[in-house]
Amino acid sequence: MKCDQCDNEATVHEVTITNGIKGERHLCERCATAVQPVSLPIAQALKQVVETHARAAMKPGACPACGLTFAEFKQHGLLGCPDCYAAFESSLAPLLERAHEGGVAHTGKRPQHAGEVPNDPKPESAVLERLERLQRIRRELELAIKAEQYERAAKLRDELRTFGVESGGSDAGGQRQGHANE
Amino acid sequence: MLDPNQTPDANDSWNSPTEWLRGEGEANDVVLSSRARLARNIAGCPFVPRASRVDRVRSLDAARAAIMAGPLAPQMLWLNLHEAKILDRQILVERHLISKQLSKGRAGQGTGATEDPRGVAVSADERLSIMVNEEDHLRIQSIRSGLALAAAYREVDEADDAMERSLRLAFSPRFGYLTACPTNVGTGLRMSVMLHLPGLRLTGDIERVKRAAADMNLAVRGFYGEGSEAVGDLYQISNQTTLGRTEAAIIASLETEILPRVIEYERLSRRELTSRRRLGLEDQVWRAFGVLSSARLLTTEEAMQCLSLLRLGVLTGVIGPELCDVSRVHQMMLLVHPAHLQRALGVSLDQEQRRAARAGLVRGRLASRT
Repeated sequence: MKCDQCDNEATVHEVTITNGIKGERHLCERCATAVQPVSLPIAQALKQVVETHARAAMKPGACPACGLTFAEFKQHGLLGCPDCYAAFESSLAPLLERAHEGGVAHTGKRPQHAGEVPNDPKPESAVLERLERLQRIRRELELAIKAEQYERAAKLRDELRTFGVESGGSDAGGQRQGHANE
Repeated sequence: MLDPNQTPDANDSWNSPTEWLRGEGEANDVVLSSRARLARNIAGCPFVPRASRVDRVRSLDAARAAIMAGPLAPQMLWLNLHEAKILDRQILVERHLISKQLSKGRAGQGTGATEDPRGVAVSADERLSIMVNEEDHLRIQSIRSGLALAAAYREVDEADDAMERSLRLAFSPRFGYLTACPTNVGTGLRMSVMLHLPGLRLTGDIERVKRAAADMNLAVRGFYGEGSEAVGDLYQISNQTTLGRTEAAIIASLETEILPRVIEYERLSRRELTSRRRLGLEDQVWRAFGVLSSARLLTTEEAMQCLSLLRLGVLTGVIGPELCDVSRVHQMMLLVHPAHLQRALGVSLDQEQRRAARAGLVRGRLASRT
């Protein structure tokens, strides 16, 4: 089919119904771009779609990144994307505090991109090392008792005491308190 | 043990003991295994439960590249779970390398399907596994035999560092590592231990322990985690809060406050049973032995319950080493599960056939040394 306005092949076909009267236009791409009204209905439709979605995302309390509403979150208990935390910050904070027994802010490991906390970047490693060392001694103590190496067991018990920890070997009476406070 | 050079469904690799039943490490009479798990998400991507298929493919590709082209690559074996056979997925669940949820493709609250893009990387020694597109983009977990929480944490911490070299992780200075479910936000760290507590069940003190743990804000769950029953007297104790406490504080409170007491209570119960209630204990253990060595039909639950008593019998000296030992009990604890059972026999069986096959296999294993 030829273009209504020139001799090129028509690629844009428009059907309009105005006051019950059907009208048709067939244009080539060049003429269609020149004649604005042809492309308008499509642009309008697109605009409408975009606006509807934008409105959905902008529903009161909705996350701007993923469109999840707080009501939806409450229904399923799952957030939609990392941005939800910022979007719902004020409503989430009391829920988090309850769920985490009073925990309100993160403390602990941080990814490198978040930057390091001033002072010691890994203040936890000393505590972990101490725990691992304790575990090794307790394991050795268990093995020593099993092998009836009582001298060695006594030595290990003393070592545990230097950590401020009761040995709690298989004969201990169940009282296991008094580890050093850090 | 998994061999990275073998295809994942090579028969032999699944026949060996897996980490949670290795029976080594501290307090292994009570603590079967320790586990650390970190929940992580990729910045700028929707969380898995709300992600489209395209999003899921993107996070899967990014995570796989970070694992299999990064520093962890030499020790890891990758498996696309949406392409894996059901039996292979079940084997991974039974070896505690992936969650049931990931096996089924349900990314939290029952959304998702078995063909949803997801995968897992497992280390050759089966200690480290990284689940991709579970409820969070990444679930990094390490399992260690016995009581070894700090060692398990160290491994996931290092794996997390390795992942971070090529992935930008979702993090907020206020809320920490951001997760799909706010109960994991902060450190994203869940530390848990798998405990065998038959003594406390027999003396009736298990409920007291559960209440005490709940008072300390710890979760006590059954064999397969959330919502599952304590099959075979196996209980998981884990921290519930992840925000506002450091990783070391979470580990220290489990390891120095609650666990030594639970372990001690279980040992006391066993001593009470072997001294003052010896006949009752012997009766229970020998009945279990009787069922295991003569039953013609066994469900997984009944087999696990009897194996639990058999383990108690071996550890308390009721059953002598000439009849059975702990490593053989552990072997059976794995083999009575549906996928391992079918793999061991090399045939696909329906539920009814499995009951007969399970009874036969257990009888055979128990008789082989008598």
